[in-house]
Amino acid sequence: MAEYSAFSLLANALKGNKDWKPAWRKPDPKASYDVIIIGGGGHGLATAYYLAKEHGITNVAVVEKGWLGSGNVGRNTTAVRSNYLLPANTRFYEHSMKLWENLSHELNYNVMFSQRGCLNLAHTPAQFDDYARRGNAMRHLGVDAELMTKAEIKRLIPALDISDDARFPVVGGLMQRRAGTARHDAVAWGYARGADRRGVDIIENCEVTGFLRDGDRITGVSTSRGDIRAKKVAVAVAGSTGRVMQLAGIETMPIESHVLQAFVTESLKPFIDTVVTFGMGHFYMSQSDKGGLIYGGDIDGYNSYAQRGNLPVVDEVMSEMLALFPGLARVRMLRSWGGVCDMSMDGSPIITTGPLPGMYLNCGWCYGGFKATPASGWCFAWTIAKDQPHDLNAPFTLDRFHRGLVIDDKGQGANPRLH
Amino acid sequence: MLITCPYCGPRDVIEFTYQGDGNRERPDPASQNFEAWNAYVYDRLNPAGDHNEIWQHSGGCRTHLRVVRNTLTHEISSVAFMRGDHGRGDHGSAARRKAEDKS
Repeated sequence: MAEYSAFSLLANALKGNKDWKPAWRKPDPKASYDVIIIGGGGHGLATAYYLAKEHGITNVAVVEKGWLGSGNVGRNTTAVRSNYLLPANTRFYEHSMKLWENLSHELNYNVMFSQRGCLNLAHTPAQFDDYARRGNAMRHLGVDAELMTKAEIKRLIPALDISDDARFPVVGGLMQRRAGTARHDAVAWGYARGADRRGVDIIENCEVTGFLRDGDRITGVSTSRGDIRAKKVAVAVAGSTGRVMQLAGIETMPIESHVLQAFVTESLKPFIDTVVTFGMGHFYMSQSDKGGLIYGGDIDGYNSYAQRGNLPVVDEVMSEMLALFPGLARVRMLRSWGGVCDMSMDGSPIITTGPLPGMYLNCGWCYGGFKATPASGWCFAWTIAKDQPHDLNAPFTLDRFHRGLVIDDKGQGANPRLH
Repeated sequence: MLITCPYCGPRDVIEFTYQGDGNRERPDPASQNFEAWNAYVYDRLNPAGDHNEIWQHSGGCRTHLRVVRNTLTHEISSVAFMRGDHGRGDHGSAARRKAEDKS
């Protein structure tokens, strides 16, 4: 029987809610495991879940330096979409979308996945043409996409300024109806519980301080809670990839760490029931079920491992918000925060075996990692279990940069702060 | 974040443009060493701590600056002119040196 159901809610309510089990145990680390996953964020936990469920590998530890989900899985703006141009990205993110569509049922945990749509606004005829091209590329690979006219957009988002004297008048937009949002904490907790119930040890407050090696081969990790040996060590620490790989003696990576800020306003009555993105800058917004508007913009634009940003980006994001929604001028911002992103050299991620024997690497998510969580875990688990990538993540190698096989959806070149 | 420009004094970061990692070494433009070019274009040290970087005071005197900034605290420990610094990471410096050698 499902752990969470109408019946179990009722039964536990009648018993005074005394019998609920914690969603995951707090085990001490064992001396060795088949697989250690470094990083207890969304991707690491999803990897542990799919290793156990799809591949029957349950002697697994997830080691996390802080508390579970304290990093980027709880810092993003929760948008889920698969509206990419290049086939490698489209296929991968569409696989993720299909996993999202069944995730609450799969995990028996309500991740509040809400397919409210994601609308990219176009502000010039050329941009609208470009969106048509991307929409066609998506539909060609079986992903839903539709162009929207100004009048349709006005009906969908009445508060949007679509007048001709707006700073950047809206010409049209590209809508993916199946896109949407999910509750990010629930994703981490749901995967954690699913992995825990299948025997995975989730070890919090356990920081990796070094790698155990036998020659080149990685044979385990040193942590703040002692040495732990493993046949396979998987790294899923996007944001801190540079620091962790340096512990393994890998000096350079095709990655820069940058800080991305996000914001939430005070709670409002229903204001917008889709995800909207601005096409003449970098701004995206949705409304949470609590009523707060959740929004963000560009990264700060300089290397940073600090989980906080500076004022120029705050100012820019607010300006962009008001260019689209002048009516929000007097709404108060409640909170802002920052998360550290692995900005890769082509804007696409890395999910691969290596680079050292016994090691597996999942990184380079730029600021789009949340929507990838299910497929990232699914593909990474496959790669770890079978020692080779699945077709879906085969293009996302580490050596693609030096081999001239970059996957640059935005066409920005090797300039990570622009992806 | 304030950057103390050697000409203009302490100014808000909004006046500056980040020009990227200052550790990179550009191969000689005539070089056909693909590994060296790949490393220059794609590979980064990306340290957590002091980082050598290049900024331009684009909203001020427009000079290029070599800045050492801590990526964990955003604290800036040194700012110097790029000019005259024919060293690492100066885009085009190799070409300029070559031109100077010929003159």
